[in-house]
Amino acid sequence: MRKLTSFAAGLLFGLGLLLSGMANPAKVIGFLDLFGAWDPSLAMVMVGAIGTALVPFSLAKGRQRSLLDAPMQLPSKRELDGRLIGGSLIFGIGWGIAGICPGPAIAVLLSGHWQVLLFVLAMLGGMLLFSALESRRAC
Amino acid sequence: MTIDWGNFTPWTALAGGVLIGAAAGLFVLLNGRIAGISGLLASLLERDAEGRGEKLVFILGVLLAPLLWVSFTFLPALEFQSGWLGLGVAGLLVGIGTRYGSGCTSGHGVCGISRLSPRSIVATLTFMAAGFATVFVLRHLLRG
Repeated sequence: MRKLTSFAAGLLFGLGLLLSGMANPAKVIGFLDLFGAWDPSLAMVMVGAIGTALVPFSLAKGRQRSLLDAPMQLPSKRELDGRLIGGSLIFGIGWGIAGICPGPAIAVLLSGHWQVLLFVLAMLGGMLLFSALESRRAC
Repeated sequence: MTIDWGNFTPWTALAGGVLIGAAAGLFVLLNGRIAGISGLLASLLERDAEGRGEKLVFILGVLLAPLLWVSFTFLPALEFQSGWLGLGVAGLLVGIGTRYGSGCTSGHGVCGISRLSPRSIVATLTFMAAGFATVFVLRHLLRG
């Protein structure tokens, strides 16, 4: 059952990304081009998404188990450290270069554009590089 | 700054956002999980990650969404803004950055802000600022 709801949520998430316009890199760059001709559409996506998700998340915070009796797994970290800021800076630079972030990249991966495939492979490579560096640090 | 009214699509953007928020809300209430794409993808790269099956089918849902979409209308046009080198570098930075920063636009931007997490609010402001700065440099400083 949980796999089914997970799949349905993923499907809805992907449809939302496609409808929002954020699958198109030009649209994302248009939003990030604050000092040029600025397209505020992505701000509307955030307003719609956060406005809708606020209530479910406030309900979720008060629960130990989900409605399907899975453990509620909300992040517990609170410190604002260099990794959070540094990582977000690196992510933002990459996002600004291509206008693609992980969600939309997956949502259009099957569209057959080599550009998306290259981006996703490089992104997964970056994630593997991170885990390799982390496991070396742990030794 | 001037507003690009010609490309501004407030209603589809808002409606798309509502679907994204609804999906994230359902996922946390039913499955107890955060719909953060970079985190979910990273878990799929680990052999013994917790809840791998559930995470995999969520990603499959996102991946297969275009197949459902095309039964109603055409896929949106994709206009790429960079060549192979830019895409490769960008992908690498997005992969490394989202792991160090523990999240991306979905995990921090949508889920984190919705649960009013100070970490996610700081992360979102940071990657947005970096995105604005990067586009400013690439579009206006380097290209003149």
